[in-house]
Amino acid sequence: MYAQMVKSEATQDDPEKLAAFQARIDAGEKIEPKDWMPEGYRKTLIRQIGQHAHSEIVGQLPEGNWITRAPTLERKAILLAKVQDEAGHGLYLYCAAETLGVSRDELTEMLLDGRMKYSSIFNYPTLTWADMGAVGWLVDGAAIMNQVPLQRTSYGPYSRAMVRICKEESFHQRQGFDIMMKMAGGTEAQRRMAQDALNRFWYPSLMMFGPSDKDSVHSSQSMKWRIKMNTNDELRQKFVDQTVPQAEYLGLTVPDETLAWNDEKGGYDFAEPDWSEFHGVLKGNGPCNAERMRARNAAWDDNAWVREGLMAHAAKKKAAKVAAE
Amino acid sequence: MATPASSTAAQLDEALFTFLLRMGDNTLVLGHRVSEWCGHAPVLEEDIALANTALDLIGQTQMWLGLAADVEGQGRSADDLAMLRDVWDFRNLLLVEQPNGDFGQTIMRQYLFDQFHLLLLRALQDSADDRIAGIAAKAVKEVGYHVERSAETVIGLGDGTEESHGRMQAALDWLSPYVGEMFVSDEIDAEMATRGIVPDPASLRAPYDAALAEVLAKATLSRHEGDFAHQGGKTGFRHSEHLGHMLTQMQWLQRAYPGAAW
Repeated sequence: MYAQMVKSEATQDDPEKLAAFQARIDAGEKIEPKDWMPEGYRKTLIRQIGQHAHSEIVGQLPEGNWITRAPTLERKAILLAKVQDEAGHGLYLYCAAETLGVSRDELTEMLLDGRMKYSSIFNYPTLTWADMGAVGWLVDGAAIMNQVPLQRTSYGPYSRAMVRICKEESFHQRQGFDIMMKMAGGTEAQRRMAQDALNRFWYPSLMMFGPSDKDSVHSSQSMKWRIKMNTNDELRQKFVDQTVPQAEYLGLTVPDETLAWNDEKGGYDFAEPDWSEFHGVLKGNGPCNAERMRARNAAWDDNAWVREGLMAHAAKKKAAKVAAE
Repeated sequence: MATPASSTAAQLDEALFTFLLRMGDNTLVLGHRVSEWCGHAPVLEEDIALANTALDLIGQTQMWLGLAADVEGQGRSADDLAMLRDVWDFRNLLLVEQPNGDFGQTIMRQYLFDQFHLLLLRALQDSADDRIAGIAAKAVKEVGYHVERSAETVIGLGDGTEESHGRMQAALDWLSPYVGEMFVSDEIDAEMATRGIVPDPASLRAPYDAALAEVLAKATLSRHEGDFAHQGGKTGFRHSEHLGHMLTQMQWLQRAYPGAAW
């Protein structure tokens, strides 16, 4: 998930209005920007969409880390196209958030000064080429689990952004799996890289879904509003059930000795990730938090002159046009 | 396919091979440089535009180096040419291997190359070699957008704030000595021109200077007097120190794990 532990905002609106609003959602209607909505709904959505957008932007960094070392021209082109898609997803999502009354610049400032978060997964380093496979296969795979149902979310602009995003994400996941197939079927060194990537990305991928439902305090209101469609545990289970056979197909070992098929529930039993690590990463103590934020702050601060220059030019052109009229 | 008859077929192939390397190495090296910006651009739209430009250039590289490999006929692929040659075998212009510097230097380098690239590709659409004309016809559409964007950005930043103006003037001053190499004709160009495959690069200088002058005037930037030009990239005789460092990164996986399929 690119949005984790999104806190639902309490809402103190007129009970009649709230009931009518809830009835619209229950009837499967889409809420559009000009419609009345509870303040809590608006704020929770801003936080969730913003966090997703920020994840797309920060998510460029671990993959950008390998663009300059991609092993073939085709792989370089595919990776460039993928990272370009992600920047595009960021753009759709910021636009969706803008319909709720917050500007992209405001959201960016909140990311850069730490008031807003991005997905914990992007705080892990990408160390070998196989990580480009693992990120596509596992990270995009986990993201899709959440994003496919969000195509039916109650907020119209978010739902429409998600439709476009899902098409591209599933393509990315297939590309990631294709890299894993090449690596797993390659030389001894490539197989080692593939296994090592799975070892490092397995638990962080499971963490993407957020804490267990019993510890997830924000879920119920968001689910009522249909801005969260499934529980964290449901999605995590679905992800494990889909991914384990793929790992077997690749001849790779999931780094979980307790992993076993459970006939009764029709799914795998698996070990929980280390939630203290997850909370540590959210607090800023992941392997790459500081570097990711430094990179994004540098991109913003060091290039302020570019944005200011282009704005000044646009203002001059506008003034010249007015003067000519 | 209209491949001109030649009394010395082997020699023609070598000239053609070198010309194709020049095209493919320019797009490869510049595409790589631009891709170094990934995730670090001034604004989201620029992240997208830079990735898109890099992607176009890498796509063109696949076509040019793919044809070069065919023409060479030694069983090498486009990837072999990109990933397994050392500095002295690269035939790109010195301009495109220069480091990114700040965003101003990156976008100035882009414009200076795009303008040349557009003029060259337009002429190559009429090449006597259908394969070259075909690649040029595809690439020219992409490069039309590249030059539009890079020229607009050079103008916007040149005629922006005092700081952006100063940075763009510094970028132009730094990169101007790398412009001349694009228009120097050697024996390869002469042979290609005689065969009707490629225009004489010197013939592109006047339209280039005119377009450049127009953009610089709008950008309120000025070129220094003098036409000193660094050379040695397109002949491969003397690259700058920067190319070798770029190759250590770009070629690392192929060098470290020879023979693996990716």
